[in-house]
Amino acid sequence: MKKALVSIAFGLTASLFATGASAQATLASVKQKGFLTCGSNTGLAGFGQPDAQGNWTGLDVDLCRAIAAAIFDDPTKVRFIPLAAKDRFTALQSGEVDVLSRNSTMTMSRDTQLGLDFPAINYYDGQGFMVRKKLGVSSAKELNGASICTQQGTTTELNLADYFRANNMKYEVVAFATSDETFKAYDAGRCDAFTTDASGLYSERLRASAPDDHIVLPEIISKEPLGPAVRHGDNQWGDIVRWTHMAMLNAEELGVTKANVEQMKNSDNPEIKRLLGTEGKFGEATGLTNDWAVRIIKHVGNYGEVFEKNVGEGSRLKIKRGQNALWTKGGLQYGIPVR
Amino acid sequence: MNATVDIPRFVRAKQVEALPPPNLARGPIAWIRENLFSGPFNTILTLAVFYLLYVSVPPLVKFLFIDAVWTGTDRAACRADAGGSESGACWAFIRDKINYFVYGSYTISERWRVNIFFALLALGVVWLLWLKAPRRDLGAVYFFWVFPVAAYILLTGGNADFGGRFWLGFAIFGALLIALFAFVAAVLKTSMRPALLVGGGIVAVIGITLALVDFDFGLAHVPTSLWGGILVTLLVATVGIVVSLPFGIVLALGRRSKLPLVRLASVVFIEFVRGVPLITVLIMANTMLPLFLPGDMTVDRLLRPLIGTALFASAYMAEVVRGGLQAMPKGQYEGAMSLGLNYPQMMSLIILPQALRIVIPGIVNTFIGLFKDTSLVAIVGIFDLVKTIEASRIDPNWAAPTIGITGYAFAALFYFIFCFGMSRYSLGVERRLAAGQKR
Amino acid sequence: MQTIASQTSPPKKSFLYDPKVRGIFYQVVLVAAIVFLFYVAATNAIENLQRAKIASGFGFLSNTAGFDISQTLVQFSAAGGSYGDAFLVGLLNTLIVSAIGIVFTTILGFLIGIARLSRNWMVAKVAMVYVEVLRNIPLLVQLLFWYIAVLGALPQPRNSLEMGAGFYLNSRGLFMARPIYASDAWVLIAVLAVGLVGTFVYRRWARKQQEQTGRQYPVGKVTLALVLGLPVLTWVLLALAGANPVSFELPRKGTFNLTGGMQILPEFVALLLGLVTYTAAFIAEVVRAGILAVSKGQTEAASSLGLTPGQTLRLVVIPQAMRVIIPPLTSQYLNLTKNSSLAVAIGYPDLVQVFMGTVLNQTGQAIEVVVITMGVYLTISLVTSFVMNIYNRRVAIVER
Repeated sequence: MKKALVSIAFGLTASLFATGASAQATLASVKQKGFLTCGSNTGLAGFGQPDAQGNWTGLDVDLCRAIAAAIFDDPTKVRFIPLAAKDRFTALQSGEVDVLSRNSTMTMSRDTQLGLDFPAINYYDGQGFMVRKKLGVSSAKELNGASICTQQGTTTELNLADYFRANNMKYEVVAFATSDETFKAYDAGRCDAFTTDASGLYSERLRASAPDDHIVLPEIISKEPLGPAVRHGDNQWGDIVRWTHMAMLNAEELGVTKANVEQMKNSDNPEIKRLLGTEGKFGEATGLTNDWAVRIIKHVGNYGEVFEKNVGEGSRLKIKRGQNALWTKGGLQYGIPVR
Repeated sequence: MNATVDIPRFVRAKQVEALPPPNLARGPIAWIRENLFSGPFNTILTLAVFYLLYVSVPPLVKFLFIDAVWTGTDRAACRADAGGSESGACWAFIRDKINYFVYGSYTISERWRVNIFFALLALGVVWLLWLKAPRRDLGAVYFFWVFPVAAYILLTGGNADFGGRFWLGFAIFGALLIALFAFVAAVLKTSMRPALLVGGGIVAVIGITLALVDFDFGLAHVPTSLWGGILVTLLVATVGIVVSLPFGIVLALGRRSKLPLVRLASVVFIEFVRGVPLITVLIMANTMLPLFLPGDMTVDRLLRPLIGTALFASAYMAEVVRGGLQAMPKGQYEGAMSLGLNYPQMMSLIILPQALRIVIPGIVNTFIGLFKDTSLVAIVGIFDLVKTIEASRIDPNWAAPTIGITGYAFAALFYFIFCFGMSRYSLGVERRLAAGQKR
Repeated sequence: MQTIASQTSPPKKSFLYDPKVRGIFYQVVLVAAIVFLFYVAATNAIENLQRAKIASGFGFLSNTAGFDISQTLVQFSAAGGSYGDAFLVGLLNTLIVSAIGIVFTTILGFLIGIARLSRNWMVAKVAMVYVEVLRNIPLLVQLLFWYIAVLGALPQPRNSLEMGAGFYLNSRGLFMARPIYASDAWVLIAVLAVGLVGTFVYRRWARKQQEQTGRQYPVGKVTLALVLGLPVLTWVLLALAGANPVSFELPRKGTFNLTGGMQILPEFVALLLGLVTYTAAFIAEVVRAGILAVSKGQTEAASSLGLTPGQTLRLVVIPQAMRVIIPPLTSQYLNLTKNSSLAVAIGYPDLVQVFMGTVLNQTGQAIEVVVITMGVYLTISLVTSFVMNIYNRRVAIVER
């Protein structure tokens, strides 16, 4: 009897909650909660990683902070929820997180079939291989017959199968549920090679018991445009995420930095004026304030600064800008004009 | 029997000389001879076991204690190429990370709250398990109501901030419930007072609980994503026992019920859960629970495996309780009925107190299983003790060859102490209960 | 009679007090609650799936999988295999590790259980320590330990341990020669079948002879000769005659690792070790309880008949103990099978790892995948219980 009562009560409360929370725009619900929930990596150095005190750092993490800064003028109003690869999209779909900023590859099927939108690409990446130096391998083409550690349920696992099939090579795959387990197994000598996104290779290498014993092979076997994802259908929220990233790109392009953003407000350059909200009402059109970009840059910095601090020369990863340089410097990062 | 068969008889005619007294019937040497070297086979066995111990124990002791590294601040202490030692366990690693293993990433300034939680938990466990403790009925109230509410407020910070609408809804719900009880009493023509008391009591308990959770005690909010380590391990186990015992009793009663549909529902639930591995239940809770809930309603990431383990443990608990119910002599049921007790009275006053008492060892054994199974939440990404160790294993500051083994040795020790302690307790209770049954 | 009946005729009371009416009422409420719960869950699920644009139905099983699996007992490749094939591969991997695990854990469990009751103090104590330690540490921790222990102890492929007869050991696993059957291999299989049938017939005959005359015949040696000796002899004869029914593909050293031959993965070994040692501790307790349940008089009677302790155990105690042992032993076998799902923690491609891991991720069809996986375990459990119940009925003592 008790059980029946409990289930009725459960059903009732469930329907109560449902009427309270559903059908609300993300921006409104974020403002109401007073903080942003951001789906992040369970721990990938340079992109999203908590320290022992639970302080998060990384490129993807800073994007979430930038969104929070744009909304609240306070980059600390974010709660990070670490998500494994296999949980990330369900967490976003179910509304558990407002934005998923967790080095997720944008693909057509994810964009069209999973109810997701990828408003921006904040890191252009590709899949690569890491091997032990003493194997004497210098190209991925020499990996015929190797055993390779990979994480299951990722595009990585599929790309790997495609690559070896296309090159008519044999391999032995050893798949693990999490990136941690995968790398541990490689480090323990279970596999000859370890594969994931090239950025991930650099960041995982830091965790090897002897980082200098490993090299990253030059081949990049896939395109991995990594970016934040939001739920399909809430265009205003998608705009906010997209323009947060664009603001950071444009700021770098225009030379607006964390340090000089306040002085730049007085600049005569119309592009800077529009970006920083001294001219036009671009911020209000997205549901934010006109000084949204100032808030982002003041608290978090422009894209270049964030990149250098987290993954570039200023970090332990020392990844070159490469494809992620601005378009003016031969890269792919192209800031859409604010106008 | 064929009477013609002559059975040979032997009658001793002469006194046989007495055997010499056994030269060593007592003392350690005799004991050793009796127990270890009583025959060629036994001697070989003993020697084989000695050899086994010789090859396994000294290296283990050497690894865990003699060659172990006790102090150090980073991996240099446990790496041969950096001047450290690689031949022994790296306890320095555990010492460095112990706070992480106990609290996870729980906000440092708020960790005293976790300590109080541990203390409250210990109090509840002792109160319930120590058979001679005073007022064990109050202990049950404490463990199944006061403690969970207090723990929830302490750990999360309380201050759920339901808002006016919620309380309005609750007031309507409460009034309806009391009215329902009054209505039932009126229809059944029983006295109104107890019905109102029961209805009011239920509403009051729920109301007080919700009010406490709602009240702002001024504690900072600590999101569950920061919780970790032993805190989470104990939390999963505690929630498991607090939920599974009542729920298991209900299921066991359901399975023994005379109503066919109630019985069927209980049997299906119990057999289903017992037929699948826990890990599939956890994955189901993780991926499917959000799907079954309406719209934007989400369940906390930590809550999902809690629900999974609690349901899982309930099914096993139900079978233990059922064993106790079945062991009750029929006379107890009949006696209770002849006194005019109704079903709830019979169960709560006569049968369950006796049945639960005899299955205490079974309950504790189920709990040991549950406690070990909590480690599985690591697979669905919850930072329990095992997961914190796994996560620390790849900390570049502590990258050394012995780190993994040391971490697992620590986890093994932790689980062993708890489980072994509980199994000894259950043995003790079993013996005590058996003593009562002896004639 | 009539007067008494009229006196005790039940007082007129509301039908609400009729236990039958109440019973129906409770059941209706329960069913209504369950139906309501399922209805809410189902409608929510449908709505959520549509919103998330996740396909439903079991059609995905025939889609191309596109990923590879490390241990495949049947042909499987990323290009040609479907999700359904991946399911089959995972299922077979679960079954094989469970089956082998059950065999070894039974042997180890019985040995330790008997050792716990040994009169040899040392043996009994060591067995007790084994049981207590293994039982009180979570299997997951033990598996993780075994995995790094196994990986750590094994050499890198370039320094593979050569064990002769085509056996090699390295951190990629145990390599051995793979038999390749030629077309005339059927002769060997036929001979083996003949040997097995012959053994069966001979054993029956020997038992009958013993029952009738008391004479014992050498069963073990004859069995060995028939089952093993006969095929080997045939093989040798065939080889001498020039035919070669079975050839072996030996593992050869490749760039990275040995290629060819058969390979047993370290994940498999670690999982098997963990499952066997852990479950054996529980089986040992089951066996001990079973043996203790056989009354002491049986042992004494057996000794007084002149049976040796070994014979007493084998012929008198164990057969009787089996009645007590079988039911809990069955549940231990089931536990082992269910626990094999922990493979997911160490990367052995069992059903949960392949199907609930990779396939669930690639397709996003959580409900279908979870239902199929749980259904498989449920079926295994129910079938095993059913078979064991039949066996249990056979060994149960027939009482008058």
